[in-house]
Amino acid sequence: MSAPVLRIDGLRLGFKGHAARAVEVLHGIALEVGKGERVALVGESGAGKSVTARIVMGLLQLLKSARVSGTVEFEGADLGWIPPSEAASLRGRRMTMIFQDPTSSLNPVYRIGSQFHDVIRRGEPGISRDDAIGKASGLLAEVAIRDAGRVLDSYPFQLSGGMNQRVMIAMALANEPALLIADEPGTALDVTVQAQTLELMRQLVEARGTAVLFISHNLGVVREFADRVYVIYKGRIVEHGPVADLFESPGHPYTRALMDSVPRITGGGIPETAAAEADFLKPVPGPAPTEAAG
Amino acid sequence: MSAPAAALENVSKVFNVAGREVEALADVSFDVREGECLAVVGESGSGKTTVANILLGVFPPTSGRMFLFGEELPQRRRLEHRRAIQLVQQNPLSSLNPKRTVGASIRLALDVHGIGERSQRSSAVAALLEEVGLEAALARRYPAALSGGQRQRVAIARALACGSRVLVLDEPTSALDVLVQARVLKLLSDIRSRRNLAFVFITHDLSVVRNVADRVAVFENGRVVETAQTEALFAGPRHPYTRNLVGAVPVVTKEEEALRSAISKGADQHAGD
Repeated sequence: MSAPVLRIDGLRLGFKGHAARAVEVLHGIALEVGKGERVALVGESGAGKSVTARIVMGLLQLLKSARVSGTVEFEGADLGWIPPSEAASLRGRRMTMIFQDPTSSLNPVYRIGSQFHDVIRRGEPGISRDDAIGKASGLLAEVAIRDAGRVLDSYPFQLSGGMNQRVMIAMALANEPALLIADEPGTALDVTVQAQTLELMRQLVEARGTAVLFISHNLGVVREFADRVYVIYKGRIVEHGPVADLFESPGHPYTRALMDSVPRITGGGIPETAAAEADFLKPVPGPAPTEAAG
Repeated sequence: MSAPAAALENVSKVFNVAGREVEALADVSFDVREGECLAVVGESGSGKTTVANILLGVFPPTSGRMFLFGEELPQRRRLEHRRAIQLVQQNPLSSLNPKRTVGASIRLALDVHGIGERSQRSSAVAALLEEVGLEAALARRYPAALSGGQRQRVAIARALACGSRVLVLDEPTSALDVLVQARVLKLLSDIRSRRNLAFVFITHDLSVVRNVADRVAVFENGRVVETAQTEALFAGPRHPYTRNLVGAVPVVTKEEEALRSAISKGADQHAGD
């Protein structure tokens, strides 16, 4: 098997504040994303989902207060050891990211067209504006935006949230990245728009063989989008496995509590949440679910 | 039968946007009884929030009438009307004043509405915090020092402070994690039965609706396209828009998936009628 697109091992993160000791928020995360694989990282707010993504992107390391240790390998290269300029050149080309709120992640004072030009120029330096706009129109057509001309000529505030998120997806895939990190991409959208957007994203990454690290706290969305899931709780991975297995028979108390607390459209009332939080930090009993399944 | 706690009758609202008339609500009628939870569902732009604002008297409807326990509400509401209908918003971090302790925020509601003896108000605040499952000591904290779930509980306590009869809940749990959401939903349902309140529960999360609402009003483009008992709605929604909404809900179990696809199939059958 070839090297995974992303391999994280023993990843720790602490923040140095006023206290004498750094506060540790990630306690040794390990995860892998294979080529073309859709992997979800689920957990509550504060569990460490977004900081993990930001470490992969190399954004968190820029903070003076952040203490990062452990291995992050991207396409076989250890990001901790390659020069910063080289790591920076990966961003926006080989690995890209989309965020929860599309309208605030686009620059409000530039038209979509000129933001697209910047993105495409990163992959193809020196491309002319007209060529970039031509390429952008093609990409927008792929995300089911028909009037590309009008969209490219608009400012983000003139478009709907769903439209902006499709623009973000088109931009994120413009340079054919090996890895797309999607941080809660549907949360700010309506259910129907969310379903359409995720379906569109699924088709596009499948066609291109792009690997996705999908960050979410919405288990329903994860079940529909991902192949494999890692469950993160308080800075630790408590369970991982293929989506079908994990949703069918969650092994860890925390995963079970998470599943049970999702209201069902089949009814049954408001879920009772057991207050057995002490169990959530227990190691997974028995073999890892992936092995148990095989 | 007694009059409903709150009712809208043929309410329309037209906004003037840059010289253009936009009809945000068109001929909307519904009512909600004491102790009942009515869910208002629909996508962004369907008029959910306009309905909330009209119920709360933030702005008057362009036409139509509104009733509170059978009494028609005047254009300019008196304090007692405002007291009766209170709001809980989606994001407590922006609905609570960041520069006021949560105790002061709750107390302000008591002061404005002149509820209870002045000297008793501190203990009233403590009792309200306790009712929403928070320690009285939290009264001295600022919203920034609380978790998302705690903040939402404070917002609920403040809405209850002036003895409201109708609560308008605008996406009260959509900013919360699932575990916290379940607890806050449980709290809301306990409070509703204990105080016999009427809830207007605005949301686009149909799996929450299924488990908290007695009845559902589905909004599309400022119109109510379907009103039904929750059970009936999920057994077989009549309107294509409702079927679309149910068909888009992300689910976690096979049983839910079966129900969802049955509803979508129902849509095909109806389309073929």
